[in-house]
Amino acid sequence: MKRLRISEKMRELMTGYYMAGMQAECNAWITSGAPVELLHALDVYPVYPENHGALIGATKLGGYYCEFAEKNGFSRDLCSYARCDIGCVFAGTSPIGGLPKPTFLFACNNICNTVVKWYEVLSRIFKVPLFVLDMPFIRKELKDCHLRYVEEQLYDFISFAERVTDRKLDDAKLRDVVLKSMESVELYSECLRTAANKPSPMTCFDAFVNMAPIVCLRGTDHAISFYKEMKQELDERVKEGVSAIEREEIRLLWDNIPVWYRLKWFGEFFEKRNACLVADTYTNAWSGFKVSRGEDVLSGMAEVYTVSYLNIGMEMTAEIINKLIDLYDVDGVVMHSNRSCKPYSFGQYEIQKKLSVPSVIIEADMVDERVFSEAQVVTRLEAFLEML
Amino acid sequence: MITVGIDIGSITAKCVVLEDTRILGYKISRVKPNLEVTAKEILAETLSFVGLKREDVGRIVATGYGRNMVDFADKKITEISCHAAGACFLISNAGTVIDIGGQDSKVIAVENGKVLDFVMNDKCAAGTGRFIEVMAAALNLRIEDVGSLAVKATKKLKISSTCTVFAETEVVSYISSGEKVENIIAGVCDAIAGRIIAMANRVGIRREVVLTGGVAKNLGVKRAIEERLGFPVIVPEEPQIAGALGAAVLGQKA
Repeated sequence: MKRLRISEKMRELMTGYYMAGMQAECNAWITSGAPVELLHALDVYPVYPENHGALIGATKLGGYYCEFAEKNGFSRDLCSYARCDIGCVFAGTSPIGGLPKPTFLFACNNICNTVVKWYEVLSRIFKVPLFVLDMPFIRKELKDCHLRYVEEQLYDFISFAERVTDRKLDDAKLRDVVLKSMESVELYSECLRTAANKPSPMTCFDAFVNMAPIVCLRGTDHAISFYKEMKQELDERVKEGVSAIEREEIRLLWDNIPVWYRLKWFGEFFEKRNACLVADTYTNAWSGFKVSRGEDVLSGMAEVYTVSYLNIGMEMTAEIINKLIDLYDVDGVVMHSNRSCKPYSFGQYEIQKKLSVPSVIIEADMVDERVFSEAQVVTRLEAFLEML
Repeated sequence: MITVGIDIGSITAKCVVLEDTRILGYKISRVKPNLEVTAKEILAETLSFVGLKREDVGRIVATGYGRNMVDFADKKITEISCHAAGACFLISNAGTVIDIGGQDSKVIAVENGKVLDFVMNDKCAAGTGRFIEVMAAALNLRIEDVGSLAVKATKKLKISSTCTVFAETEVVSYISSGEKVENIIAGVCDAIAGRIIAMANRVGIRREVVLTGGVAKNLGVKRAIEERLGFPVIVPEEPQIAGALGAAVLGQKA
């Protein structure tokens, strides 16, 4: 696989991000689907336990840190991001020396309901206040009452955060952050969309590796300049017809969170068989942040964050996947049934039936390498490629 | 052309020698811890059985979970494609292949020997041959006797646990409460059939349904599957060699 130069930059950027966290006067631990723009506007440094979990998974220490939580009574059936994050708190360290102690916690259940209990646990351990932004699940259609419910909570959150930090939210600053968020999301989306080219200049593994800035730094200039540069590199590849893998014969779409401790293994497995995972549903989930300029910022944010990828019904999910299948012109879908992420893995067998191309389901976990069974995964994937 | 298909499964190894469309002979052996040795031995044994030498063989295809350990194979193909090819070679109008092996089971939708879709068991021994082995051991039965005993049952006792370990506990508690062995083992066979049919429904069941793999020899499981489907299934004369045979068949084309 041809590595993107930008990955080096990503490493530097994220190292800087984690270092800054250690010095931040005020920080909040936040879930990946929460409106981080509100934190940036208050100069509250956002800490992402989920990103930290992914990082631990990539260092293949997921099982090790999960055991610290398991020893304290947390079930092995719980999400491994939650387990290894709580495990690191008990261990008092992590591959990056642990996360800075939070000033307050901000959980939004538009990605799952585990985060509510997870953050309650953190709140008890650290004895810091927690704000839960409760999102109604959008089974079929988004209604005004949903939006009003969420919007009101955004105002509640602002009062909460202002009280805890003793700062005042500046409307102009919030608008500025939101515009930056939109700009970085647009650039990021353009990067992902270059994978529609044949051959694709990037794989979903490139997307996974380089998604940290859109999660942790959207709303800042860092994310904008990062994705601008990434876009340039990808455009160059497209212009020169450079393929991400040696020989692209089969194009595939990945569904669910990656298997962090096996990224390289999966990458090589598919490349060896001339198959390119050009895109995925996970990184594409961050490409929808669009608030129209004339709109009230908070009501715009309420809408965008309510209809997040994991907060919608199965019909809508299947529709989104089918759109990605068309956009990236893939021959098949590889679905990771992720033992950790129940909302993401729920319904995959039903969704399969609604897809316009063949798909295969493999069982694994995003961080807990103890549940990975290589022989079983290999047989399913090889058989699927033989079938295609 | 003469081709050889070798299927290294989790419990048994199978080897088939095929000349064009004629099966010259086959062998089935227990897998040894060293898979390479297992493969070499079964190849030598089968070739000597049919009176051929290694040089007579045009192509060797390996399949099964141990396929990648068969270094001397010209090609390695997954057991999904091979079982489909093997079953369709034996039963040309097959629409669904249900293979119940030692540690995995699969349902494959096929058309003219080609795989349309497939589904395999989760990473769990329920619904596999190993499940029956464990239960047979708990009941002090020989694996060969399970099927014939199951069909003598007057009722099927319910085995509700999907986990092999917990199901064994259920079996033991039935024994201690004085239930008849045939009724317990019939329940075991039905539990497997239940798992398999649930899986088959995911890919959709199209006739004819062909049952392959070692467990297809178990009359109790076959009957239980038929009862749940509501129509008869076809078991080839030697269902256990379908994967190896399919490998040899695909070797003719490759």
